[in-house]
Amino acid sequence: MLELDWNIVIKNLPLLWKGMVLSLKLFAIALVGGIFFGTLLAMARLSSWWILRKPSQWLVDAIRAIPFIMAIFWFYFLTPKIVGAFTGEQGEAIGPFWSAVIAFILVESAYFSEIIRAGIQSIPRGQPWAAYALGMNYWQAMGNVVLPQAFRNMLPIMLTQAIILFQDTSLVYVVGLKDFLGAASTAGQISGRVVELYLFVALVYLVICFSLSRVVKRLQERMDVGRT
Amino acid sequence: MVMIDIKGVSKWYGEKQVLVDCTTTVAKGEVVVVCGPSGSGKSTLIKTVNGLEPFQKGEIIVDGLSVGGKDTDLAKLRSRVGMVFQNFELFPHMSVTKNLCIAQEKVLGRTADEAHDKGLKLLDRVGLIEHKDKYPAQLSGGQQQRVAIARALSMDPIAMLFDEPTSALDPEMINEVLDVMVELAHEGMTMMCVTHEMGFARKVADRVIFMEKGGTILEDCSKDEFFNTPRKPRTQDFLSKILAH
Ligand SMILES: Nc1ncnc2c1ncn2[C@@H]1O[C@H](COP(=O)(O)OP(=O)(O)OP(=O)(O)O)[C@@H](O)[C@H]1O
Ligand SMILES: [Mg+2]
Repeated sequence: MLELDWNIVIKNLPLLWKGMVLSLKLFAIALVGGIFFGTLLAMARLSSWWILRKPSQWLVDAIRAIPFIMAIFWFYFLTPKIVGAFTGEQGEAIGPFWSAVIAFILVESAYFSEIIRAGIQSIPRGQPWAAYALGMNYWQAMGNVVLPQAFRNMLPIMLTQAIILFQDTSLVYVVGLKDFLGAASTAGQISGRVVELYLFVALVYLVICFSLSRVVKRLQERMDVGRT
Repeated sequence: MVMIDIKGVSKWYGEKQVLVDCTTTVAKGEVVVVCGPSGSGKSTLIKTVNGLEPFQKGEIIVDGLSVGGKDTDLAKLRSRVGMVFQNFELFPHMSVTKNLCIAQEKVLGRTADEAHDKGLKLLDRVGLIEHKDKYPAQLSGGQQQRVAIARALSMDPIAMLFDEPTSALDPEMINEVLDVMVELAHEGMTMMCVTHEMGFARKVADRVIFMEKGGTILEDCSKDEFFNTPRKPRTQDFLSKILAH
């Protein structure tokens, strides 16, 4: 029989909490950044200008083609070099957290841009036409008319993507960051009681992601009702 | 004084030409009705007037400004030309009042109070003041189209463009919209209307333009001439069909 000693979890709660704070911080920054730049990317991809449309498409395709974990690795090793190339200084990196943030924003922008592009395309052409006919410029038509409607339609899919993003934040262990999972792993190695800690981590992830999916389901049901 | 001057406009979608050397004018205070069979380019022509559809050849001058011109502030030009669409195109996520105010505030820079006063005045004028806090989806088609006309008027346009404003409506709602348009015409608004409502044309049109498949203007004459002595057999044919029901 497996003897479980939950005291080890309680003893490590401060450490685990610190890890959770890092996870949540990374999640929030990546979510906001991903949606912001994802929106710009989506707009570029729908542009009538080749010079905006093609490069943004290449970028999105390229990012989606590489494994997430590789992007995190690359930025960890590349950003010190890039920063060094600009400042002329060697070694002084921006650190694993900010390099991870950049990687996350980049990757999430690509994923969100696909969702947002579909959302923008779901709005009938007459809507931007009406906005332009009233004298609005591109940014006013997008900001006041097209995007608010598009985001409302996309909310369930965006939340689903957000759940995936939250789970993906645990990937930062590869660059030595102590997120929630990383903190549990460290505590487990020190104490030798890995099972309890990983069980606890799994439970917390389960609760968070499950409740978020419930919210998504509710939203979807409400929107289906609203449509009829 | 010529308000809208369309000179030799041609437009292609890829290889396909949809407007062929279209030329016509709308004078200040004039009401011009555009009709013709489906696919003849009526919507396309009227959308070129405020630059919603680009064109490759010719020139369009609106109140002295060239629509395709390099230095033309297209947004500003559009803000001075009202447009009403077949499918109303109210903004569904905004209340009726917000629909009436948004462009006044964002485009004309009016204060919220000014925009609100103006919007409600126009809403009252189209007989919908009691619906000011509703959302478009809560209104009937005829009511939505009247709000859309009020929204266009809120910008104090120098001319109004209509693209089949009643063809998406149930028959019993057509008149409430046409009544608003007739009133506008009587007030001297410059209007270019794509419509097959020949009753409306008879009542207020100064001129009628008939477009034919392929994107040409086949007939461009006074209302009386159009209804009584149309020159082209094709126009007579179209008229007999449309007046039959
Ligand atoms: N985006 C587009 N791409 C290619 N062809 C188009 C496009 N929009 C319109 N057309 C074509 O241009 C022609 C003119 O279309 P338009 O909508 O102006 O006709 P219309 O006279 O308004 O017809 P309706 O009475 O059906 O509204 C049609 O043959 C149509 O198929
Ligand atoms: Mg049409």
